[in-house]
Amino acid sequence: MKILIVEDDREAADYLDKAFAEAGHTAHVARDGETGFALADAGDYDVMVVDRMLPRRDGLSLIAGLRSRGNTTPVLILSALGEVDDRVTGLRAGGDDYLTKPYAFSELLARVEVLNRRASSKEAETVYRAGDLELDRLSHTVKRAGREITLQPREFRLLEYLMRHAGQVVTRTMLLENVWDYHFDPQTNVIDVHVSRLRGKIEKGFDSPILHTVRGAGYMLKAA
Amino acid sequence: MALRLPAIMRTTAARLSALYFILFALCAILLVHYMTSLSASILTAQTMETINEEVQGLDRAYRRGGLPFLVRVVGQRSRQPGANLYLIADVNGRILTGNVESLEPGVLETEGWTEQPFTYQRYGEGIVERRAPNVSDLEAPSATTETRHAAIALVSRLPNQMIVLVGRDLGEPERFRVVVQRALIFALSIMAVGGLLIWYFIGRRALKRIDSISDAGKRIMGGDLSGRLPVTGAGDEFDRLSENLNTMLTRIAGLNEGLRQVSDNIAHDLKTPLTRLRNRAEAALAGNPEAEGYREALEATIAESDRLIKTFNAILMISRLEAGYSAEQLVKVDLAAATRDVVELYEPAAEELGVKLEASVDGSFMVDGNRELIGQALSNVVDNAIKYSAGADEPTVRVSVERTDGGISLKVADNGPGIPDQTDRDRATERFVRLEQSRSQPGSGLGLSLAKAVMKFHGGRLELLPGEPGLTVAMTFPEAKSG
Repeated sequence: MKILIVEDDREAADYLDKAFAEAGHTAHVARDGETGFALADAGDYDVMVVDRMLPRRDGLSLIAGLRSRGNTTPVLILSALGEVDDRVTGLRAGGDDYLTKPYAFSELLARVEVLNRRASSKEAETVYRAGDLELDRLSHTVKRAGREITLQPREFRLLEYLMRHAGQVVTRTMLLENVWDYHFDPQTNVIDVHVSRLRGKIEKGFDSPILHTVRGAGYMLKAA
Repeated sequence: MALRLPAIMRTTAARLSALYFILFALCAILLVHYMTSLSASILTAQTMETINEEVQGLDRAYRRGGLPFLVRVVGQRSRQPGANLYLIADVNGRILTGNVESLEPGVLETEGWTEQPFTYQRYGEGIVERRAPNVSDLEAPSATTETRHAAIALVSRLPNQMIVLVGRDLGEPERFRVVVQRALIFALSIMAVGGLLIWYFIGRRALKRIDSISDAGKRIMGGDLSGRLPVTGAGDEFDRLSENLNTMLTRIAGLNEGLRQVSDNIAHDLKTPLTRLRNRAEAALAGNPEAEGYREALEATIAESDRLIKTFNAILMISRLEAGYSAEQLVKVDLAAATRDVVELYEPAAEELGVKLEASVDGSFMVDGNRELIGQALSNVVDNAIKYSAGADEPTVRVSVERTDGGISLKVADNGPGIPDQTDRDRATERFVRLEQSRSQPGSGLGLSLAKAVMKFHGGRLELLPGEPGLTVAMTFPEAKSG
């Protein structure tokens, strides 16, 4: 994956550059808004990571500028501003995801991989499949190895999200945001319990595990 | 070089007084000028009318008795006291009879009305009889010094080329003009004096008020934020200004206090974990240099920093909510649905701990709110309730939404140990307060404070009520405004 990082803090940018390289991606770094805009406009990036406060041209204006030129590269906004309306402004300016500083790199990596535009978009598909697990979005049914599994509505949405990003790491906050539409941090790790319940339903009585825990990051749905 | 006027001259009141004085004076001068010229022309017309009548009378006398009779009549009339002038002269301008001794040269050469008033000297060494019936208070012109007077006249010629002049002294309109001029000067002087007095008193009063306000302002700028501007109680514009500025100062002082509290709290509650963080890193460095030990120390460090970040976020959020953080617009939110969402989120976690999470939230209860904030507040409260009831027999947490007198009440009741003491219950929602019995539980001590701040932000309130047993947290929202 080709990633453009627009971040003015040298240390943070270098760290991201190195960390993305270790994860097997290519990253380019721009240290101000104007350079970032020029690189994004000319280059063919899969995902951009843009800091909100940048010298010469701020992050939101950079994104809005790209969008007005028809550039649809997915953008993840990094910001120290984390209130609900800050997030809303960021997404309204054309950002696709919003992450508040300080963040864990595993969180950033998971989100960037989910945003990757080259990853096949499953938005239009009506049936998701992973190995012998099958989820029908229209009839709201889930089958594994031909056997129907009954899920609660929320469990269905949880599995739907996990299957849409099958093979990718999905973090707890991503689940909380996308399945429950909450952006705060619950004090107890309530998401883990939901996931283990779901896991019980889709794995119990079947041969192989399919919903994996990724240590220090989150979960991944993947057929063996 | 800038000319510095004394302070009182630089006040608005002074400028306004000066402006009004000039305006009124101009109006008065214009009006008086118009009136004088109007009266002067009326007087002149009257004078000319009188002269015409005289001329007609003399004309009749001439026709009746010829020149001798005319001379007699003129002689008679000349002796009568009055402002009229009579004169008969021969072709060469030699005066034959009349009451005029000498004339401005050239007057007798004119035919008809004299174009300009001319000066003359009366017969009898310049002793002039003047009548001034309406202006008796005026000083009568001294006869000895003033021998020449202005007049207008009608000059006509008899068939034998003798010249007849009938005129009238212009003393009367002249005196009228003088009267008006004096009246005008008198009125203007009174206006000037009055204006100056008003200017002085109003200007001085305004200056005194402004000075007291700006002195108070300087004290406040000097750092005494508790100072307020003086309000005299007169209810005038200065009082209103001071009151508004005072309200503003109170608000600023409140925000300032909030800021100070936040920095105190940050200093207090973040320094401790930061110190812990540092100690741990130091201990790891000093200890046995083994990969496993380092790994443990690093993981503990990350966990500690994550807790720090959470605490930091909570402090920031509470302060922004308490500062009336209004950028987040309130919208219509179904409190029942928001509650069901949180209950649903926590239900599996509660079950895991053996706590029964019961919800009786039917229907919908609309409030003006923010779903995210309500969710966060409620999840903090529910989280606490689950944590503290976990040790009880048949631990149960009941969540309910109902309409009460004061609004819509969202209650979370647990059957844990509760907080028996009223003072403790009051203190529990303060920032960083962790009651003795809860020290063993994990948490930042900010959960309830945050929930309370969220309720305050929604115009509602959060109360801790004793349960039987346990604790009930009641969050009361005001009813949604219709529309």
